[in-house]
Amino acid sequence: MKVKIKFFAMLRERAGAGEITKEIREGMTVGELWRVLRRDYPRLAPVEMRLLYAVNQDYVAADYVLKEQDEVVFVPPVSGG
Amino acid sequence: MFRVTRDAIDLQELVDFVTDPEAGAIVTFIGTTRNNNEGRRVIALDYEAYPEMAEKELTRLGEEAKKRWNIQRMAIVHRIGPVQITEPSVMIAVSAAHRADAFEACRFAIEEIKRSVPIWKKELFEGGEVWIGTQSGQPLNVNCSSSSSRSNSSTD
Repeated sequence: MKVKIKFFAMLRERAGAGEITKEIREGMTVGELWRVLRRDYPRLAPVEMRLLYAVNQDYVAADYVLKEQDEVVFVPPVSGG
Repeated sequence: MFRVTRDAIDLQELVDFVTDPEAGAIVTFIGTTRNNNEGRRVIALDYEAYPEMAEKELTRLGEEAKKRWNIQRMAIVHRIGPVQITEPSVMIAVSAAHRADAFEACRFAIEEIKRSVPIWKKELFEGGEVWIGTQSGQPLNVNCSSSSSRSNSSTD
């Protein structure tokens, strides 16, 4: 199944892309997807900061099980204001 | 009114939005761009948002403020893209029957923005640029050895 992944801020720069579509296996969690992406994109591997996970514009826990067509965002430390 | 925009923010628009016949107070907050941060000479800030979620989170925090305080209306507009020194990056307006509720809800709103709304600022300073983040860890893309590992906002 496919999910859409959007990158923002330092993760967008490191991934070299703002948005990608990725084929993943059924039952994958959002936390597992992050580990896969760190292998796909070597420049994401050094990212050790605490990330939050968002799916379809809501924060979710790392064990959220992804569904077809989910929009996934890995949220680096926010700094609005 | 909970909005992310590339345009300059108009305070009067927010004040007009929260104006309410039952309000005895309107409190406003303007976050502006400071020319220095952590010893660096800041040239400008460049904001990026996950816009759909940022507006959703702003709306959520507005609803939370209404539960906690007796307020009439709230408006928050956050700018994205480049923001020059002295220019506003965020404006908040809150109306309430009494001033204490308006002050507290306004303070809550800016603190929540900094804590949980998916907006990021890149600081462009003399000698480099750095993504600012306060949740934890080190900012990436530090192109200058004088950068420190953690930072607060340049708009506090």
